[in-house]
Amino acid sequence: MPAVAETRKTVETLGQNTYKWGFETDIEMDIAPKGLNEDTIRLISSRKKEPEWLLEWRLKAYRSWLEMREPTWAKVNHPPIDYQDVHYYAAPRRKPGPKSLDEVDPELLRTYEKLGIPLHEQAMLAGVEVPEGQEARAPIAVDAVFDSVSVATTFRKTLQEAGVIFCPISEAVQEHPELVRRYLGSVVPVTDNFYAALNAAVFTDGSFVFVPKGVRCPMELSTYFRINARNTGQFERTLIVVEDGASVSYLEGCTAPMRDENQLHAAVVELVAMEDASIKYSTVQNWYPGDENGKGGIYNFVTKRGACRGARSKISWTQVETGSAITWKYPSCILQGEGSVGEFYSVAVTNNHQQADTGTKMIHIGRNTRSTIIAKTISAGQSDSTYRGLVRMMPKASGSRNFTQCDSLLIGDRCGAHTVPYIESRNMSARVEHEATTSKISEDQLFYCRQRGLSEEDAVGLIVNGFCKDVLKELPMEFAVEAQKLLQISLEGSVG
Amino acid sequence: MNAIAPVGVNAATFLDRGDVTGNAQRQKAADFLRHVGLPRTGVEAWKYTSLRALADVPFTAAPQVVDDRAVDTLLAEVETISGLGAGASRVVFVNGSFDAGRSRLPKGVRISTLAAGMLPDDGIDPAGDVTTALNTVLARDGLDLVVPAGVDGGCLLLVSIGQTGEAEPVSFHPRHRIVVEKGGRLALLDASVGRGQYLHNPLYDITVADEGYLSHARIQAEGRQAVHLAVSHARVAAAGVYDSFTLTLGASLSRHEVHAGLTQPGASVHVNGAQLLSGHQHGDLTSVITHAAPDCVSRQTIKNVLSDQARGVFQGKILVERIAQKTDGYQMNQALLLSDGAEIDAKPELEIYADDVKCSHGATVGALDDDQLFYLRSRGIPNAAARSILIRAFLHDVVDQIDDQRLKDSLNLAVEAWWTREVA
Repeated sequence: MPAVAETRKTVETLGQNTYKWGFETDIEMDIAPKGLNEDTIRLISSRKKEPEWLLEWRLKAYRSWLEMREPTWAKVNHPPIDYQDVHYYAAPRRKPGPKSLDEVDPELLRTYEKLGIPLHEQAMLAGVEVPEGQEARAPIAVDAVFDSVSVATTFRKTLQEAGVIFCPISEAVQEHPELVRRYLGSVVPVTDNFYAALNAAVFTDGSFVFVPKGVRCPMELSTYFRINARNTGQFERTLIVVEDGASVSYLEGCTAPMRDENQLHAAVVELVAMEDASIKYSTVQNWYPGDENGKGGIYNFVTKRGACRGARSKISWTQVETGSAITWKYPSCILQGEGSVGEFYSVAVTNNHQQADTGTKMIHIGRNTRSTIIAKTISAGQSDSTYRGLVRMMPKASGSRNFTQCDSLLIGDRCGAHTVPYIESRNMSARVEHEATTSKISEDQLFYCRQRGLSEEDAVGLIVNGFCKDVLKELPMEFAVEAQKLLQISLEGSVG
Repeated sequence: MNAIAPVGVNAATFLDRGDVTGNAQRQKAADFLRHVGLPRTGVEAWKYTSLRALADVPFTAAPQVVDDRAVDTLLAEVETISGLGAGASRVVFVNGSFDAGRSRLPKGVRISTLAAGMLPDDGIDPAGDVTTALNTVLARDGLDLVVPAGVDGGCLLLVSIGQTGEAEPVSFHPRHRIVVEKGGRLALLDASVGRGQYLHNPLYDITVADEGYLSHARIQAEGRQAVHLAVSHARVAAAGVYDSFTLTLGASLSRHEVHAGLTQPGASVHVNGAQLLSGHQHGDLTSVITHAAPDCVSRQTIKNVLSDQARGVFQGKILVERIAQKTDGYQMNQALLLSDGAEIDAKPELEIYADDVKCSHGATVGALDDDQLFYLRSRGIPNAAARSILIRAFLHDVVDQIDDQRLKDSLNLAVEAWWTREVA
């Protein structure tokens, strides 16, 4: 959503106490029947014209999924999910190559408009031919995932010139099968966990990024997801591979239409960083959290993991989680390469009846690896928010370091904030430090702000933003602006 | 710590021995144990400690007949490590049974023992956790101590001696009840020692009434073949204090589980401890501190010093219920790894439902600080002595937390004795 920031109206548009991105686009869809079985998987695979090995890979995942059980250790509650009551494939119908915006489906344009996307970007998103030269001006490449199929990928040419591949993963399967085959499932194996196995079986699309040796990606890459068709599960698969000495910054932002029924979302993100490579992955997640009474909202069960394979590689996760009825998400780093670095910066806000169980895992395998975890949790209303993290020092991780700080803020006396860190060390010279605090908004700070004429809500917003400063400053600039406003919207109605 | 799924190992060796007929508590505990089995790692509450090995040991009920000389030797050992020798009041249990001859009962407090086969109706959920259930099924004896209102019970030594000689492995499951009535005081030093292969599974049912004060230091120095599975259930009322400390030195496998409840405003608990392990020892300190009333204070500092292939586990949860506003909770957990084979697994946990609270926890894991070593070395202190100074300073910090001077002295002695042995 960084594109949104450009045309964003001022704060008064944030005044409404309803879900801002709550609208639904009515576009004709090509939908698979509800239910999950091998036929569904074969259908998805054939629609995507996938090679045989990928179908086999999906079926293997499906068969192991059948044997697995949903994890129950997270501090979240939801009614049982009927996995047979979900559409596993939905593709918007598209007319190839509209000549101008006039030919683009007006519903799609209206969606973009509500998202606040500038006109020239709208054209690119909708796949309209644009004269060359214009592309290079814009600083951000957007790969919009409109429901399950990427409608368009912009700024491709500029990226191509640099040697960067940035395309929907379904396309990468066709055009770069050897790369996809080598890395897909290499960080999150198909049998990793219940939701990852489900994703591997039925994923429909997602993004693929490949940055070759020595290339600094010339622009920030951005994808945003919209969940759009009623009852369509989203099973995105993202794979980012960065070769020796290369680097990339990837932004992911999400909005979703307002609706009543719960939606299941089980994405998998895999990052691979080779020697001296660096990946910065930023997320602003603002899916529909359900209404004030906890009705509706997205179930967000995501597996995100990065492998620092090469020496001195670096993976940095930054997330601002304000949406979803349930968040189950642990972006992790496997620090294999000597001297590799993992970072996790997180803000998780829950209000009303939201539940979030999120955190990270830092697995230190190589020598002199370092990791930093900064997690800020804010609970309001009747929500529950949990930080759950693992820091593991393996026997060979000599000289490795970890620093973890988890702070929780409670707003109101009906919410809960929990911290569950796991610390495991099997190396003498590795050092792990963990700090966690829980408190409420200080009366003194509130009084100070109120006395200077700020409304209570503005004061809370200001204090919360200060509380999250350490994380927000890690976000790319456009995202940081967006995130601050999101925090404020999310906490509306929680005080006074 | 409840709702354990049935994934454990069959507990038949214990269940077959327990006669649970006609006793609802024991029946419930046995049903629970039959259902969940002996936990192995993978159950969240037992993530790092497995009791799987126990299922294969043919433990039998501990015999009353013991080798008197061996028992006296062990008792002398307790006197040495605790510094509480002749003249100190003490209650002695041998293989889980009260030994009147070796006990010297104190005055001013009421002491009796649990009559065989009788379980007090103590309100402890027999199916709340495995350690409690195991004790509930098999408990036959135990100390029943009441410090009357306003009485200072002084300092009491509670000794447990496990002794099997050449005989087959035995297990004993004493159930101790300690009640400090309104305004009463007691310093309780509780030491476990032994020889041979045995399982010591004590349960401590602790009640501290209004303005009561109980200092409770445990020195677990069981034999190196022993298994020690202890559980404490402590309830502290208004302005009461339960100041506890667990020093883990012995046993091949040990776990002390503390469930402390702050049930009325102004109560405070300290659940401190240290585990000093070497060889292939496995030590687990697990605690759940529940703030169930406003204005309560809890403090916890746990330190692990681990060498060789030893493994230390700490799982500490602070639960703050919705009603418990103005809670002040603090938890610190530190581990010193002295060799590359040693392992620490820690899970400090905060579960908070009240907003006006001050809760924090911290954890550090690492080796001795090279800078500190260098500082001492550069002042002419040899390496071994410098290490010794740093390790003991690390431990001093936590032993110092216990308020009662007598108990503090005993713990310091025990730590010194451990260190002397370690160096030798």
